Amino acid sequence: MTDTDRTERPAGLLARLDESDLWWSFRHSPTVIVAALTTLVMFAAAIFAPWIAPHDPFDLSQVNLLDALLPPMWEEGGMAAFPLGTDDQGRDMLSTIIYGARISLFVGFASVALAMVIGVAVGLVSGYAGGWVDTVLMRIADVQLSFPAILIALLIDGVARGLLPRGSHDALAFYVLVTAIGLSFWVQYARTVRGSVLVERRKEYVLAAQVTGLPSLTILVRHILPNVTGPVLVIATIQLALAIITEATLSFLGVGIPPTSPSLGTLIRIGNDFLFSGEWWITIFPGAALVILVLAVNILGDWLRDALNPKLR
Amino acid sequence: MILFILRRLAESVFVMLAVALIAFTLFRFVGDPINNLVGQDTSLEEREQLKEDLGLNDPVIVQFARFVGDAARGDFGYSYQMRLPVKQLIAERFPATMELSMTSALIALFVGIPMGVYTALRRRSLIARSFMTASLMGVSLPTFLIGILLILIFGVQLRWLPTFGRGQVVDLGWWTTGFLTLSGLKALIMPAITLAIFQMTLIVRLVRAEMLEVMRSDYVKFARARGLKPRVINFSIALKNTLVPVITIIGLQVGSIIAFAIITESVFQWPGLGLLFIQAISEVDIPVMAAYLMLISFIFVLINLAVDLLYLVIDPRLRGETA
Repeated sequence: MTDTDRTERPAGLLARLDESDLWWSFRHSPTVIVAALTTLVMFAAAIFAPWIAPHDPFDLSQVNLLDALLPPMWEEGGMAAFPLGTDDQGRDMLSTIIYGARISLFVGFASVALAMVIGVAVGLVSGYAGGWVDTVLMRIADVQLSFPAILIALLIDGVARGLLPRGSHDALAFYVLVTAIGLSFWVQYARTVRGSVLVERRKEYVLAAQVTGLPSLTILVRHILPNVTGPVLVIATIQLALAIITEATLSFLGVGIPPTSPSLGTLIRIGNDFLFSGEWWITIFPGAALVILVLAVNILGDWLRDALNPKLR
Repeated sequence: MILFILRRLAESVFVMLAVALIAFTLFRFVGDPINNLVGQDTSLEEREQLKEDLGLNDPVIVQFARFVGDAARGDFGYSYQMRLPVKQLIAERFPATMELSMTSALIALFVGIPMGVYTALRRRSLIARSFMTASLMGVSLPTFLIGILLILIFGVQLRWLPTFGRGQVVDLGWWTTGFLTLSGLKALIMPAITLAIFQMTLIVRLVRAEMLEVMRSDYVKFARARGLKPRVINFSIALKNTLVPVITIIGLQVGSIIAFAIITESVFQWPGLGLLFIQAISEVDIPVMAAYLMLISFIFVLINLAVDLLYLVIDPRLRGETA
């Protein structure tokens, strides 16, 4: 940005946002606005779950077994106190879904953050160091990329189960899951960042930094990293949806979050047992919540990718 | 060209060795192999003897070599959980997974490619747009939820189709097939569709993107200028060129179909490899996990190799370059 630019636009962040392409394409796409609102509402519900949920499904004094398996309020036998019905233990479905989404999102964000840190670090080192370091790291990435992430996550999960003492599975399930998903998703970041670093490191500002004798680590973190973050954000958004699906899938398969503090996937697994006896709401509502959440995040991700990449327009 | 094939072969062997190393590490160091084989009242001397007999006192590199040798012959020892040879368990389950995966791969291809071509050619039509919306839904719908929805509609509400198992199977000695009985075919419908939908959405999007790219190219414009019929341009010229990258991705998709079969098999209690693997994970049955990992990797490597070689056959330009 030149000096004239600064004098012409003194209004600050808001005005710049108003003029940006990103904001323009956002305002002109109703689907994206709906998706953004949905995402916002679900994030807010998840964050403020203890204040928003009508019941606390994990407080045993509030749960009554006599309320078990009540249908949604608009069906015969439903109660207004439990708008989406109750599960087999008398827990309010709406509340368990809000708390479940909280756990699903938490796992999603944590594992994407882990994958991002590993991937960006590997990509920076690989692209900047070059030579055999680059070759070895990228070969590992290639081999891992040829296997589906879900398989790798399952495997890491299995290994963790073997290594950890038997009794601690449930307590550590969250960390195991985050590690498993994080380790199976890093490759995309690494490859993208490496590509950008290969371009950036030839540029003059990097050469200038090298000439002044700054250590490689400082150059990487302070100078190159800020210039390669754009694509990383896009990948992170798309992978958030993937991570949430993967978490739900692992939990559904019974190797994820335990039923004591269920995520959306665990809820679907629990409900699956009642599918044949007609209590469809125990499965379908958590399932619908999961699909809406993933769809909204996916639409946002697609939009961000297209908006930030002028070539695709 | 021979050099290229040799290099790809060497790479494949290297990948398999790397996977074998992971599987071996699992087998040897995660959980104690001796503890899993003997009861609590086995004396320390007997344990030592068993350790010696199994060769667990040899240098690690010798053990690894033996592991690779055994694995090459399909010998992975005994399942901790079921006390049966892993080889036998895998052989029993393999046909179920293969029949399911191949059926869904065919469904995904024969529905996905025409849909992709259509959405590319009639880009602005209502049907094409609804296909694209549906494909975004398909990407956002987890495999297991599709299965549950199908079960709820066709299994529980309408009672048309069975919701679990393989139905009646015919034993051919070395292979069991569900293709030859009515109940076997009926049982296959829902799992195969469940597994196919996700792959199908990917194929639709891929074919559409590639086709749009090709339609913009100069040789298609030239073909138009020559006054060729649209049908000839679309199918003989554009589609043919679209298929080259599509084949690569589809080859890789076959691998992921086998992996995603884990989920489908779990939803429908389909007695295949995936169900075996999930049970092995929750029971920490290391030999089964190791064997599954090796088998799946082997299939993956084989497919990758086949795709690369197929590339040589399809695209003549590649034959000269790499030699």
